[in-house]
Amino acid sequence: MTDTAEPTKAPRNQWWDIWGQFRTHKGAMICLVIFVTILLGVAFGQFLWSIDPTYIDIRARNQGPNLSHPFGTDQLGRDTLARMIKGGQTSLAVGLVAMLLALFLGAFVGVVSGYFKRLDGPLMRLTDLFLALPLLPLLLVMVMLFRQPLSAAFGPETGIFILMVCAIGITSWMPTARIVRGDVLALKEREFILSARSIGTSNTKMILRHLLPNVMSPIMVSATLGIANAIITESALSFLGLGFPPDFPTWGRLLFDSVDYLQQYPERVMWPGVAISLTVLSVNYIGDGLRDALDPRIRGR
Amino acid sequence: MLTFTIRRLLLAVPTLLFIALVIFALLKLAPGDPMAQVPLTVPPEVKEKMREALGLGQPNHVQFYKWMVQFFVIEPQVIIDHIFGTSFAEGKLRVISWQTRSPVMDIIWQRMPQTLWVVGLSYVVAVIIAVPIGVISAYRQYSWFDQIGTFVSMIGFSVPTFFTGVLLIVIFSVLIPTGSFFWLPSIYDTTLVVDSWETLGKQIRQMIMPVFVLALYNAAQISRFMRASMLDNLNQDYVRTARAKGLTEKSVVLVHVLRNSMIPVVTVIALGVPTIFGGSLITEQIFKVNGIGQLLITAIQANDLPMVQTITFIFAILIVVFNLIADILYGILDPRIRYD
Repeated sequence: MTDTAEPTKAPRNQWWDIWGQFRTHKGAMICLVIFVTILLGVAFGQFLWSIDPTYIDIRARNQGPNLSHPFGTDQLGRDTLARMIKGGQTSLAVGLVAMLLALFLGAFVGVVSGYFKRLDGPLMRLTDLFLALPLLPLLLVMVMLFRQPLSAAFGPETGIFILMVCAIGITSWMPTARIVRGDVLALKEREFILSARSIGTSNTKMILRHLLPNVMSPIMVSATLGIANAIITESALSFLGLGFPPDFPTWGRLLFDSVDYLQQYPERVMWPGVAISLTVLSVNYIGDGLRDALDPRIRGR
Repeated sequence: MLTFTIRRLLLAVPTLLFIALVIFALLKLAPGDPMAQVPLTVPPEVKEKMREALGLGQPNHVQFYKWMVQFFVIEPQVIIDHIFGTSFAEGKLRVISWQTRSPVMDIIWQRMPQTLWVVGLSYVVAVIIAVPIGVISAYRQYSWFDQIGTFVSMIGFSVPTFFTGVLLIVIFSVLIPTGSFFWLPSIYDTTLVVDSWETLGKQIRQMIMPVFVLALYNAAQISRFMRASMLDNLNQDYVRTARAKGLTEKSVVLVHVLRNSMIPVVTVIALGVPTIFGGSLITEQIFKVNGIGQLLITAIQANDLPMVQTITFIFAILIVVFNLIADILYGILDPRIRYD
């Protein structure tokens, strides 16, 4: 770690070193570009491509790719490109928010169980129990049970969004918790923690100022894996017909709807499928590059 | 080792009870009413009687206890009766599906072979593909084989099975004409009885796609683990010693290194077994295999709570059992890790 004791002349930030190492990983760089492109396209695409994704033009139904509809139209004549952009917003939003929730839970459980000896045993047993749950079936059951009440309380879209995010977040924090706990246990024995304690640092300060910044790298790597996992899970649920309502597109839902027309219009499944795969692939590659870049043993070389 | 095994077995009991409780509690919150389909002309007191006949009138802890007794006492008794012709379970109430009013376990037994064939075979195929790929890409690290292997396995576990499956259907069932040799059926026909070479060929044809989809996904992960574990071992001192003794390269790599690198991989393979049952949910849905995963999904859609409860719990038991197997295998294979 670089010495930042004198902020006036701190020559190189640690994060610049990490960026420098990350740039040498070619696959990760290419995938970062792809991921940012997808992110921007999905976020701002609706301003460039202004067709309403819910607009039904029954005369233009089942069209292949052409100039006025670059991705074609579906069985009701809705523009597929517009629906892909709208669906991407939902899919990526679910992925990002669910990942943040899982990270928060995982980091919290990990830090607490690593730092407070008395809570370590119970919290780790809890983690083991969660790891032994059959996740996909339970997710399906959760969606089935809470879809109605939540839709009634928050409206169909927000309700399902909250449900998806919570369900995925609650079922995917365990790996992060384990990794963070291991790192915290190792950090706790280091001298800087001892000296921080000797000047009377409180527990809260100790965790926020000294421990959390030092476990940032495993947290960031599990963040990338978390996004990938959350996007796949959401699409899988939508694909099984247990996700967002039918008129509300997500990539998984678009894929699910296109499967019915597989015989007549096989190209229709490609758009959402490729979008999901490309996003997940690029996120995984970024995670790979990040893992190398955050490892100080590799970075020095 | 024996005390360790016994201790782990004892620890599995509260784990399973906790999971059963979680599943039970989740389903108790269900807003779905099994009486919703009953016509409105049926008077309320009759409805109440029907509800009690389904066991819904009792307090929650009694319901939970009865479910546990049904699952762990009566169902094994039924199996024993079936094998030995005894009559332990006669007259006892089994877990009954709300959809079909027949015992849940009987339906699961009917569906089991399809799932086991597709899922089991795909896992075997995955291991057979993954181990050599992992070994070669570790031995020739950074060669073109390794680069391609890394890329393909990255694709393998990034592309979700519901897209690879659909993609294969597009290529092999839609784009290739039906009469062609390479055409494969996209729907799994369970009624097919294998009794001649021709039906065997048909059976193999309809299994290729589902097996391949699951195998690709699993092989990608296992080959990564194999490669990492080989790389850890290739730089060890004992490898240098073995080479210095003048052993052939083949025996150094395939006997010394491979055996030691298999230790963590074997546990990973054991740990992966329950997850592929979960993954088969999607594959079965794509290829219309009527296995357990498809049974679970139809049960969820039909609000058939006993069925959902039982299948989810069976998945949980699989996870706990295979975690146990992985732990014990680790202890047996690696004498340094004896927990007692």
